[in-house]
Amino acid sequence: MSKIIVVTSGKGGVGKTTTSAAFATGLALRGHQTVVIDFDVGLRNLDLVMGCERRVVYDLVNVINGEGNLNQALIKDKRVESLFILPASQTRDKDALTLKGVARVLEALKKRFEYIICDSPAGIEHGAIMAMYFSDEALIVTNPEVSSVRDSDRIIGMLSSKTRRAVQNLPPVKEHLLITRYSSKRVNKGDMLSVDDIKEILAIPFLGVIPESPSVLQASNAGLPVTLDEKSDAGQAYLDVVARFLGEEPPPREKKGFLTRLFGK
Amino acid sequence: MGILSYFRALQPQKKTAKVAKERLQIIVAHERHLRDPATVDYLPLLQRELIEVIRKYIVINEENIKVNIEKEGDYEILEVNITLPEANH
Repeated sequence: MSKIIVVTSGKGGVGKTTTSAAFATGLALRGHQTVVIDFDVGLRNLDLVMGCERRVVYDLVNVINGEGNLNQALIKDKRVESLFILPASQTRDKDALTLKGVARVLEALKKRFEYIICDSPAGIEHGAIMAMYFSDEALIVTNPEVSSVRDSDRIIGMLSSKTRRAVQNLPPVKEHLLITRYSSKRVNKGDMLSVDDIKEILAIPFLGVIPESPSVLQASNAGLPVTLDEKSDAGQAYLDVVARFLGEEPPPREKKGFLTRLFGK
Repeated sequence: MGILSYFRALQPQKKTAKVAKERLQIIVAHERHLRDPATVDYLPLLQRELIEVIRKYIVINEENIKVNIEKEGDYEILEVNITLPEANH
């Protein structure tokens, strides 16, 4: 059975595309047939973050309109076996997506893939609803910051009212809280909302936390999903998130204390 | 000015994360309440049932009763306004 997972947040700039790329890559690294779809029609960027921007020929809207078929539009990742990207259109607007069209594409993808990751656009309008409508599960990407937490709560409300599962009275979309751009240092100083604060406010199951890290920008600069950077703390955190998503309990990462850092190991 | 800010610095400052959490708890609870279908949906039903109860004793029309909810600060006011028809005795 394939699973459709939406990566959503309401607020822009919190790390949806970074997460979509890293999470999809992580699943594929674990041997799962995975496709990641860019739903941000008009402002496509997943291709750039995944480093396949020059290989885009056909896109999601082309497939929906029958101007190209799925096989022409799917881009096979060159680094990870079993990872594919379905890019968004750069020239149309979000209204080019219809429920019927999206349903057709997803049905076709379900035949080939175990995991279908939908990278949602920011906002709470048409594009965001198209991305979440058919989802079975949702990663709610939240920064430890007031506007992001509020918008996440709004999105959680929409997941329980504006999705196929809600409309058809099916079991609800399974939600996962993913906190990104986290700085333990600032939390300890009392300058930043803690994981527990955010868990308490949003009250949805917690999946993981990704530290604020320079390696995220470096990875996107290079068009590399951060999970492929073995030295990146954020990349490692995403791999743990993937493991937990798959039902495993990854061993806690050894935190390098001051002395270990000073003297090595 | 200099002295004032010196004393201000001595006061224990509330950490901003704590302020953020409190503000979020209030606004999120408020917004959840507003979008809760139960909040929006029960008013017409309440109105209909009230009419039925009152009709056992007095003849009134649907226009004679107005039910409304208003939020003021931390509390809500349920306002029920029943206009009795003019007595015809």
